[in-house]
Amino acid sequence: MSITYLEAIREAQAKVLRDDPRVYIYGQDIATFGGAFKATKNLAQEFPGRVLDSPISEDAMVGSAIGAAIEGMRPIIEMQFADFSTVAITQIINQAATLFWRTQVPCPITIRLPSGGNPGSGPFHSQNLESLYAHFPGLVVMTPATVEDAYTMLLEAVEIDDPVIFCEHKYLYNRLKVDALPDTGLPCGKARIARQGSDLTIVGYGVMVQEALTAAQLLSQEQIEVEVVDLRSVKPFDLQTVLASIARTARLLCVGESFPWGGVNAEIVASVATHGFHLLDAPPIRINSKDTPVPYHPNLWHGHRPSAQTIAAAVRKMLRW
Amino acid sequence: MLHTLKEPRRDVVPLGQMSHLDITEQYIKAFNWMLLSRTVEQKLASLWHASKIAGGVYLGKGQEAISTATSIMLKSGDIYGPLIRDQAGRLAFGEPLVDIFRNHFGAKTGATQGRDGNIHRGRPNQGYHAMISHLGTLVSVVAGALIARRFRGEKSVIGATSIGDGGSSTGSFHEAMNMAAVEKLPLVVVISNNQYAFTTPNNRQFACQDLVDRAIGYGVQGYSMDGTDLKDCLEVMRHATEQARSGNGPQLVVGTCLRLNGHGEHDDAWYMDKTLFDSPLGRDCVEVAESYLQEQQLADETEIESWKEDAKRQVEEAVVKAQREPVADPATEDWRPYATRRIAEAMIAQ
Repeated sequence: MSITYLEAIREAQAKVLRDDPRVYIYGQDIATFGGAFKATKNLAQEFPGRVLDSPISEDAMVGSAIGAAIEGMRPIIEMQFADFSTVAITQIINQAATLFWRTQVPCPITIRLPSGGNPGSGPFHSQNLESLYAHFPGLVVMTPATVEDAYTMLLEAVEIDDPVIFCEHKYLYNRLKVDALPDTGLPCGKARIARQGSDLTIVGYGVMVQEALTAAQLLSQEQIEVEVVDLRSVKPFDLQTVLASIARTARLLCVGESFPWGGVNAEIVASVATHGFHLLDAPPIRINSKDTPVPYHPNLWHGHRPSAQTIAAAVRKMLRW
Repeated sequence: MLHTLKEPRRDVVPLGQMSHLDITEQYIKAFNWMLLSRTVEQKLASLWHASKIAGGVYLGKGQEAISTATSIMLKSGDIYGPLIRDQAGRLAFGEPLVDIFRNHFGAKTGATQGRDGNIHRGRPNQGYHAMISHLGTLVSVVAGALIARRFRGEKSVIGATSIGDGGSSTGSFHEAMNMAAVEKLPLVVVISNNQYAFTTPNNRQFACQDLVDRAIGYGVQGYSMDGTDLKDCLEVMRHATEQARSGNGPQLVVGTCLRLNGHGEHDDAWYMDKTLFDSPLGRDCVEVAESYLQEQQLADETEIESWKEDAKRQVEEAVVKAQREPVADPATEDWRPYATRRIAEAMIAQ
């Protein structure tokens, strides 16, 4: 038996629906059809009345989830694509994120964002919005890079008493497989050493962890051993594990698929420069996608985002510093 | 019956089923909430002009009848999402007077502990929602609370929320109305058309003849009421809330009135068409109700005077109490916007 990243998301939702009567799922085309990507396949049949099709109204979807959460429910909202969550941004950043601060009433909602690109998806079905949501106080932002994390972190997202933005990466949906799902995982806010190495630390999250691991294999043939840190969640992020890795390698490369300006990578570089400047033998570097909208044509798309090759090239350059 | 601006539309039944005693009791109760609200707001204005309140003060003069008639119909366990000009409705829903002043003073003891101010207050886990400034966004929140109640199998609960003529133009409002209709939720949405959204008049706000016409588009029941006439408001709101309670889906009520003050106390409303104040729209609902009580011999002048004195006394006591309480303090503020302890701690560690 093998389980994909996408199936892990479905299994996690099945588990919380089974175990917790407070959970329901609301989103477009998720009931009979099972969702645009089939992340809720058969769940409406297994859990009648608890997996509901919504109108194309992202603002009202999230607003209603907030109201239900106030009443003690644990709603999961499926955005059809992460890109469309911007329609709900008022509810997410102004209503949900501020609720506990304003009223001391928790807002335990989980918003699933099918994030990132596949070749041919174009500017409006490909974006990564973790940096945007991480900017706002009150939100938790998860970015699972593995099948195991897709499963255990989604379970944890539902359990957390705060609004969680769950950035599941579409490129990984059917490309990652494991034999079995774990019962537990690391908690949100703890990073994972995805690969050990002594020459340089690559910090990544989501799909870029996989690109970084591929880059590490390429570099290993050149006797360069990089350490890969998988952040797992970008808010909170695990600065201590990042600093501990840099203490071993003295070099930091941050990799993200999102736009570069004011992003998660910038935050990590700033934090490391503040708290770990003395550990560094070279300037910390970040690579992101290009600072343009995400292009449609596969050739352009491959050139827009960081890849194993561009990550390896950046590592080689840094080691010459 | 007093002059109404428009005949109520579609299905509104008069108060025939209620006994005269019930009608009288409810009218008098509602009038007293309106009086109390007016007294509170006069005090808030004085405090603001005396620089005792930071930020803005937003008053609901002229909208007390609509606001009271909405929340007075709610029962224990119902859900209420008031907006800017709903002081009267908040009181009728059960908000303690002292909480009003706590929030305006930024008292630690207030509902938002000085983290938010003025009309941004509520006790959401008690069914009393706390608005944010983004208009229209509260409608889906109240709808969601009703979805939760439906999951729990509660049958007779309803939710009511308010919006203005301006707020009814937002995408959030449209999305929420449509969603509530699709979900057939027991939601009553009351639009107070007070003719101005801050400075913008109706003719720059919407192009339909009457906002109530939107009810057909959403597939919900719609009603008009004269927001200056408490009797009309009570009749329409009683009917609309009963309809929602008995499973007939969302109800859209449009009450027509005039904003009798500026957008906030900082605004002298120089841009308003002054002829409106002399039109039927410009009638003060508190004065109209007071005349009605006397005409119908439901209360005499002495009695009404004693109610006014009682309102003043209650308000003074609440102000004194709130003023004695400690205000928010950065040194003791925990600066944690997370309910989950380990998340809050992880945020500090990073």
